[in-house]
Amino acid sequence: MTNSSTKDKSLKEKTLGEVMRSQGVSRRSFLKFCAATASMMAMSPAMIPKIAHALESARRPSVIWLSFQECTGCTESLTRAHTATVESLIFDYISLDYHHTLQAAAGHAAEEAREAAMKENFGKYLLVVDGSIPLGNPGYSTIAGISNYDMLMETAKGAAAIIAVGTCATYGGIPHANPNPTGAVSVGELIKDKPIINVPGCPPIPVVITGVLTHYLTFGTIPELDHLGRPKVFYGQSIHDRCYRRPFYDKGLFAETFDDEGAKKGWCLYKLGCKGPTTYNACATTKWNDGTSFPIEAGHPCLGCSEPDFWDGGGFYKALSMPTENITQTAVYTAAGAVAAGLALGAMNKRKKNSAVAAHNKTTTDDLEK
Amino acid sequence: MSEIEFLNWVRGPGFQIATIIFIAGIIIRFGEILLLGRKENLAEAKGSEMSSGLRTIVTRSIPDRETFKRSTFTVVAGYIFHIGLFVTIFLFAPHILVFKDVIGFGWPSLPTPVVDAMAVVTIIALLAVLVHRMRNTVLKFLSTREDYLVWFLTIAPLITGYMAFHRIGTTAPTLLAIHILSVELLLVIFPFTKLMHTFTFVLSRWYGGAISGYRGVES
Amino acid sequence: MSEASIPVTTEIKFNIQVSNELTQNVKPLLHEIKHALDALIETGKTSIIDLRSIPLAPGEEDKILNTLGQGEVMAQLNTLGLSEVTETQYAGVWLVTHYNDEGNIISRFIEVTTMPVILCSQTEDILSAYSRITEILE
Repeated sequence: MTNSSTKDKSLKEKTLGEVMRSQGVSRRSFLKFCAATASMMAMSPAMIPKIAHALESARRPSVIWLSFQECTGCTESLTRAHTATVESLIFDYISLDYHHTLQAAAGHAAEEAREAAMKENFGKYLLVVDGSIPLGNPGYSTIAGISNYDMLMETAKGAAAIIAVGTCATYGGIPHANPNPTGAVSVGELIKDKPIINVPGCPPIPVVITGVLTHYLTFGTIPELDHLGRPKVFYGQSIHDRCYRRPFYDKGLFAETFDDEGAKKGWCLYKLGCKGPTTYNACATTKWNDGTSFPIEAGHPCLGCSEPDFWDGGGFYKALSMPTENITQTAVYTAAGAVAAGLALGAMNKRKKNSAVAAHNKTTTDDLEK
Repeated sequence: MSEIEFLNWVRGPGFQIATIIFIAGIIIRFGEILLLGRKENLAEAKGSEMSSGLRTIVTRSIPDRETFKRSTFTVVAGYIFHIGLFVTIFLFAPHILVFKDVIGFGWPSLPTPVVDAMAVVTIIALLAVLVHRMRNTVLKFLSTREDYLVWFLTIAPLITGYMAFHRIGTTAPTLLAIHILSVELLLVIFPFTKLMHTFTFVLSRWYGGAISGYRGVES
Repeated sequence: MSEASIPVTTEIKFNIQVSNELTQNVKPLLHEIKHALDALIETGKTSIIDLRSIPLAPGEEDKILNTLGQGEVMAQLNTLGLSEVTETQYAGVWLVTHYNDEGNIISRFIEVTTMPVILCSQTEDILSAYSRITEILE
């Protein structure tokens, strides 16, 4: 009836249930954690017993986190996820064997730790990637002298699944923006033989990151993905479809500037460049800072940061219906050229007509068809 | 190509190409028409050409009683879809933003539900016009491939625009990109078809009024 | 530019008007609770409703909670942050609210049952208690 047998197991061999109990976390607290987890993953409360059972008997998986051409915003976002002290539990739950910002080790010791974790858990570890991979010149971004490309390909070999976190890893992000000087590509463009979950956003919402991690760690399966590889549970709706300002869009009431009457009344931000209609993310429902608010609620148009190429969409303050290039210039130059061409062609036609008149040519129906 | 890349292309290079062909086409055709000139009329002028011509540009908008009685359907349906096109293109807020970007200024818009309703009415009118064309023996005989092509190019932006606004069918970026692409297709083919009447109607109506005015008769 | 010429606003008023027809989830939710109570009476089946999963407009959650009111039982749990379990004025309808260390609500459930499971002592905890009490008596 005692649990003394678990005392002798190493941390890696214990199940999550055993880990939590050994840390003095009661089962009641564990149930609270499972309930919060189910809510966070947008699952029905009927799933709570299933989650409890799955987590209870799950072993701590090894997680290797590779950071490539990134700004560390995604890691910052993740460490802001306060939900239910899920944070501390996730990090107790998973064995985060390698992470530049969060690990204590450095230099050779860190790289050796990574290689050891890969060997020990070959085929079973979870690979999390943030940042894009430069193909232009491997020297653009290296870790311990190893290029991002080499490190990714080598580490991906033994991964059970890959989670690409942030728009840089999922679609190339800001390094990929025109003219893409480093030749940045996404994880999905390089790896074709492993399941990849894309969690885009610049950064992604904290609970979305942890929700996806938790889903995989709890059930060992990939959540249902859309055509761009994003979990439908968080990216299935566009911001526009869930925006609380939608009634204003439908009625045609728009804010024209950031400080006019319409803006103060909370009218639609379409004219100020909102990309909500073409952006899929959970910002309008899950929101940021534990459900405090999101950009549109704060009065700023959506940037579309969870979509590919959002940096090249013509500018954040250019409305979706507007062209991205300078059309006025094109139109003026074209008009000038066309006037010249028109004059030339007109002169040619006139000469043809005059010579036809002089030669007393008959007008036929073919001439009229022109 | 991802759906966002597709959308960025139609909003970028696609728009440029369409603008160039559209503007060049219209100006060149206008230039050709104007430079062809008219044969000198050696008869004595009995009235003013210009005043009759200018007046006729406006008065031709009112259908005369005989034409109305003989082709009521064509006149009514025609008016409906022309007014509908004007409302949906020029009085819808997101479209006015496009003009603002290109020509530098905009104008007030109509409430969105009104434009939405007009779009539906216009689509119905255009469908009715096609059915009429295909069922009337004379019209069917006279119809060329160009007539059907032009009809398609005109209704496509309306249908794709409606679908994009109400998000029917597929993801939002794809719907919006298809709508913009349909407009670009219309612009590109425009100068080579009878759609030029959009601009040349001014010349034809002026000419009709002018020759009548020259002869001193009503136009 | 002198400072006097820059207009300074000390009070910023926001008048964000939200349509009244946005979401009307109060009545349907109360209907769902009624059906759950019926199921509890007839077959003893318990139900849990996740309030986070329903898109509620500002003010609707308060309306629902005010309607359900406060009953005879109010329990406070110290489980990795505070948790509150209260029976509403409708017996069998419980409100379970979980807070994190900083006092933010992380999840909220309406449970239709005789008693929410989280209130009961858990088997594993009882086993652990037995071994601990055995130890101090040794």
